[in-house]
Amino acid sequence: MDFFLNRFPAYLDGALITLTVTVLGSALAFVLAMVVGIVGTLRNPAARAVATVYTEAFRGVAALVLLFWFAYAVPQITPYELSPMFAGVLALGLNVGAYGAEVVRAAINAVPRAQTEATIALNMSWGRRMWLVLLPQAWAQMLPTFGNLIIELMKASAIVSLINVADLTDVAGNMRQTTGETVLAYGSAMVMYFAIAQLLIVGMRTLERRANRRLGRAPARGGLRDLLRPPTPGTKVGTAK
Amino acid sequence: MNWDTEFAISIIPQLLQGLVVTIQATVIGYVVALILGLAVAILRRVDYIGPVVFVVFEFIRTTPVLVQLLFVFALAPPTVAPLTIGISVLGVHYAAYTAEVYRSGIEGVAKGQWEACRALSLPPLRVWGAVVMPQAIRKVIPPLGNYLISMFKDTPYLFAITVPEMMFMAKAIGTEAFRSMEAYTLAGLFFLAVSVPSAVIIRRLERRYAAV
Repeated sequence: MDFFLNRFPAYLDGALITLTVTVLGSALAFVLAMVVGIVGTLRNPAARAVATVYTEAFRGVAALVLLFWFAYAVPQITPYELSPMFAGVLALGLNVGAYGAEVVRAAINAVPRAQTEATIALNMSWGRRMWLVLLPQAWAQMLPTFGNLIIELMKASAIVSLINVADLTDVAGNMRQTTGETVLAYGSAMVMYFAIAQLLIVGMRTLERRANRRLGRAPARGGLRDLLRPPTPGTKVGTAK
Repeated sequence: MNWDTEFAISIIPQLLQGLVVTIQATVIGYVVALILGLAVAILRRVDYIGPVVFVVFEFIRTTPVLVQLLFVFALAPPTVAPLTIGISVLGVHYAAYTAEVYRSGIEGVAKGQWEACRALSLPPLRVWGAVVMPQAIRKVIPPLGNYLISMFKDTPYLFAITVPEMMFMAKAIGTEAFRSMEAYTLAGLFFLAVSVPSAVIIRRLERRYAAV
């Protein structure tokens, strides 16, 4: 305990970097997932092909390979040198965004067909149909899987330590080298990762609850105890990739 | 610096050597994950032991596998081969995932099936072996397959503990020849060459089992 308390500031700095990479990576992944996912539901075959190529390519390559490619190969073919942190955000965002795009596409396609037909009968434009009818319903379905993906991204963010970003894993490695206390050094880092994951899980469940409530699917009150149970039966944050 | 095709071709054998190690680690690690995951899923239903197993594997599941690898690598005696450590850690980490999959499969077995077992007073071994598992496993084959691909894509982490898999080879080539572009690009392409076809196969499986 003393070990952890004395070195808490260093670990906190590392945790902040991990959180920053996670938040920025998730933001990039979210935008990509939404755009590519919606493009994937279009009727135009060329647009759909673009979406498929993106998802297959970035889902198929490991995040670590992407990271090294951005960090070491890109500076050799282009005049730009990416900062390690930016390379990390880019690699994680592109990789997880590809998983997310599949989720968005599937969720929009899963909205009952009659909803689309009704919007056509009401002469709604494509934009209004998406924004007012399809997305709010698909949103509630995407959120549990998004929760899993954010946890995966947070865990995968440990790879930035391999290109010398001072994240939680990197701090733990340094602590081990300077103190020789392997169990404590890595144990403390893992406890902090665990804490961040629990924080993200609670946050995502709150969002899920709100989305379900807006669709009139859940009880109006939640309370703290409800956060410990998954809101949609059969789904659990942090289970699937 | 431009793309050098001749150099790229010359490093293919080395990278393929790494790919073999990658696939080896994936396959053995996956078998570990499948067996251990099943044990975890069943143990979680046992009184007293169940909650402990749950907490331990919840912790394993929500912390980065890279940190777990470095941790075990630093603790293990130097006589243990890094590949063995890598396979074990990956296997245990993914057991945390497969256990969840098995759990959902077991919970999906209709309540009447359990009641029928009790009515026939079947011994526990036959309840699990002849009634529950055959129904549960059928449903979870596609999600289990997805984890095989995920695991394949997590094997590059083994490079952090000096296992000579594909990323390790790519980095070694990069440092030796002062050009990393070809090696990393080819490594990425090799990953695609394995994971895209496997994803197609898994999707086929999914459709086949969903129809039943």
